[in-house]
Amino acid sequence: MRGHLILRVVSKILIPFLLMFALYVQFHGDFGPGGGFQAGVIVAAAFVLYALIFGLRAMQKIISPALLEIAVPLGVLIYAGVGVYTWILGGNFLDYNMLDSHDPSHGQHLGVLLVEAGVLLTVSSTMLLIFYTFAGRGR
Amino acid sequence: MEFLFNLILLLFLAAVTIGIIGVRNLFAVVVLSGAYSFLMATLLIAMDAVDVGMTEAAVGAGVSTVLLLSALHLTNTEEAPAKHSNVLPMALALLTGAALVYGTWDLPRYGDPDTPMNSYVGDEYLERSIPETTIPNVVTSVLASYRGYDTLGETAVIFTAGIGVLMLLYGRRRKGDDDEGGDRS
Repeated sequence: MRGHLILRVVSKILIPFLLMFALYVQFHGDFGPGGGFQAGVIVAAAFVLYALIFGLRAMQKIISPALLEIAVPLGVLIYAGVGVYTWILGGNFLDYNMLDSHDPSHGQHLGVLLVEAGVLLTVSSTMLLIFYTFAGRGR
Repeated sequence: MEFLFNLILLLFLAAVTIGIIGVRNLFAVVVLSGAYSFLMATLLIAMDAVDVGMTEAAVGAGVSTVLLLSALHLTNTEEAPAKHSNVLPMALALLTGAALVYGTWDLPRYGDPDTPMNSYVGDEYLERSIPETTIPNVVTSVLASYRGYDTLGETAVIFTAGIGVLMLLYGRRRKGDDDEGGDRS
């Protein structure tokens, strides 16, 4: 899309705000609607927009498919890892109260934060990887 | 006012669906399904399910429209004429639709506080969530803390679905590369 000046300029302006909104949805999930799933799909949508305007090759220079293939299972591992860690600390699986020995509610906040980060990673990288394989087949 | 708003949105949804059935150009179908997702997202936001609406807008109207367009790139843009009669599938669809509408008669009124889902565990979550977890958004505390197992399962489902799609598409691409090496017939 080399010739489409307006599309390029507008999406260049839009993408930072899209990513910012995704981060807001991610980290504000404790207080307002949102969380890892929503933030993950918004991140994926922002990157897909970038790939549409500037080309798949430019996108893959920023995030390579090999990196995504690591990120997809890593998210699940972070989530399950939090569970295993609380196990080691002596609690039940995914018992976030164990994460902070002084104040259980801090443990809850930390646990939810980590778990949502895992969800974000898996959701966004899965969507992006599916887009890569779909878009790559047309050539 | 809200009733009127919902009615207009639902009428638009019906119009888009009829459009999707009628149109034979697949490009138009993809664009219409994007419009359908946007209307659905608006409807979900009108029903106060903002997080579901956000997901619908980003996935349904955004990413899946792009995926469908790239799939369209590999096929014809014109739907092939049906080889068999459409009467039987139409009857089946109407029957399923009628069964679903019949099912809604037994549903409780939207937002009814006396339904089982709003009166047993729901109350418990609302009462205990903030003292126990100090997370102000009860949806998040239920999703990530009380029902953390379920969400772990959901994440695993997304992981599995992603791996499944990748295995299908990767395998096919390698075969396609082989074809390009030989003569194309």
